Amino acid sequence: MSRPDDVERAAPAVAPPTLPLVPKPVVRRSGAASTQSAAASTDAPQEPRPKARAFKPGEPSRFALRTKGRARFGTFFATICFLATLVGVLVLMVLLVDLLRDGMGRLTLTFIDGFPSRFPDRAGIKPALLGSAWVMLLTAMIAFPLGVGTAVWLEEYAPDNRFTRIVETNIANLAGVPSIVYGILGLALFVRTFSFGRSILAAAFTLALLILPVIIIASQEAVKAVPNSIRLGAYALGATRWEAIRHQVLPLALPGILTGTILALSRAVGEAAPVILVGALGFISYVPSSPMDNYTVIPFQIYNWVSRPQMAFAELAAAASIVLLILLLTMNAAAIWLRNRYTRKL
Amino acid sequence: MASELTAGDAGRRGLARPDRGVRARRRRERTVGRVLFGFSAVSIFTTLGIVAVLLWDALAFFREVSPLEFLTGTRWTPLFAPPSYGILPLLTGSLLIAAGAALVALPLGLAAAIYLSEYAPLGVKRVLKPVLEILAGVPTVVYGYFALTFVTPMIRAVIPGTDVFNAASAAIVMGIMIIPMVSSLSEDAMSAVPVSLREAAYALGATRVEVATRTVVPAALSGIIASFILAISRALGETMIVTIAAGATPTLTLNPLTSIQTMTAFIAQTAGGEVAHGTIEYRSIFAVGLALFSITLVMNILSGMVLKRYREVYE
Repeated sequence: MSRPDDVERAAPAVAPPTLPLVPKPVVRRSGAASTQSAAASTDAPQEPRPKARAFKPGEPSRFALRTKGRARFGTFFATICFLATLVGVLVLMVLLVDLLRDGMGRLTLTFIDGFPSRFPDRAGIKPALLGSAWVMLLTAMIAFPLGVGTAVWLEEYAPDNRFTRIVETNIANLAGVPSIVYGILGLALFVRTFSFGRSILAAAFTLALLILPVIIIASQEAVKAVPNSIRLGAYALGATRWEAIRHQVLPLALPGILTGTILALSRAVGEAAPVILVGALGFISYVPSSPMDNYTVIPFQIYNWVSRPQMAFAELAAAASIVLLILLLTMNAAAIWLRNRYTRKL
Repeated sequence: MASELTAGDAGRRGLARPDRGVRARRRRERTVGRVLFGFSAVSIFTTLGIVAVLLWDALAFFREVSPLEFLTGTRWTPLFAPPSYGILPLLTGSLLIAAGAALVALPLGLAAAIYLSEYAPLGVKRVLKPVLEILAGVPTVVYGYFALTFVTPMIRAVIPGTDVFNAASAAIVMGIMIIPMVSSLSEDAMSAVPVSLREAAYALGATRVEVATRTVVPAALSGIIASFILAISRALGETMIVTIAAGATPTLTLNPLTSIQTMTAFIAQTAGGEVAHGTIEYRSIFAVGLALFSITLVMNILSGMVLKRYREVYE
């Protein structure tokens, strides 16, 4: 019973607009394909195109069906988009192959365990590896508590006022400051004013400030994802705000926080620009043993080697790049593993 | 169950300690709140520190070089006998690189975003997306190596007159580097366009490409433009690729095949050598840094404003 009624209601609404749409394409169809497109192109410039034009009944439509042409263009466009996506992947592969081809021959035990040398055959990256490890450790020790603390304050304590909004906007803007500007800050503040000198400590503080926004934003996401029922449950059992955070919220948010921190640290490990400014040295002939020691890190060593004209040093740079990429890949894999292993459905 | 727990157990199991005095707990609450507030202030102090540090030495620099000369001078020759500090060659160097990178990254990134959001089957998307993001994770110094030892020889093989250090090679590689920035942010914006909009377009007889380019892209335009601005700002601030591959000769030129110097490369190359503290050369680092910081900050704020003001809000 209801069906014919539906049709009747729908029919007048749909039918009239389609009627004037039909004739023109049919007329064009009868002509050659070239005249059709010519007609379309001569039509267009004559009438100025207002932004949204109401359709008047009886007016000839400029709509051309061209099903086949449009379908063909669709396929063409999809192919172009797919190929564009592949360009990035392809370049990545070329980059890796190029690195392996150039650097594999230099990747020996003496390279891993050796010191920088002006003889490429004897040169190695031991001080750079250990320097990177030192810097990473100290950076993590500085940035992790600061970042998580800020995130917890913003998500759990901060009142909704002007100051909080300023802090949040400020963090977003800090995330976009070029890394070399952090290097300038580190040079003036840590190297000179606090007179840390060209030390591991100065580099660690600089890189910690650099990755702080990343850690804060990741931790905020993780803390935000903890459902409120958990907090309310803790409060109901008599916990204070900090007790609820410390014993309930943070343990649940920890996988997300750690994943974000590791990814941020991997960025710090790969950075060369700020480290140039806070005084990494290209020639370190000993293993750093305290935070106040001079240092070098892997990216800086790569920069140092790639700046020399001899081909042998370029190969060393490639080999060091392979080591750096393996290190970063390991860190990223650890982050992904951590996320998959400990992510519980909340 | 609860009655079997002693207070000590509770502590060990990570539960609250109701046995502690109310006053002690309240005091600890206050302390923790203050400490966390103090941590949050660090980010504010970082910004203030950056501005203060840059201004301090930049102002000292501007006592010796007039700001007008700095902003409009066409020669940057800090090492010549009467040194000349006009930032325009460095600025055009940075802009040339950023424009080249944008030329590579914007079309490729947008096309990749359209493919990932509108065409890719779920399985393909799951593989391609993380692979593209690896591009953003490769250290920039490695990209610099790649530009200098792989891309430059290729360009020189095609166009023999090209300098060993040239803007084109750095710009191309930087463009590749910022593809994921454009593609993932744009894809997020496109994925946020509600399905109902696409269905409506299909119902009107649109083909898939028409839905993508005339419905989804316009609807996600604010996010796409914001990603463009962010990517260009990133290209302006990038240091290592240009330091390694684009050269160290500040030239006022738009020819991408010659050696140039960008603002970032000047800072890195000058600070990498021995610069005595307090000299005008040392201070020029801060003046250029201030210019760089201002430009990228304006672009980042602009990107945020575009995102906020022109966002289409659905449902």
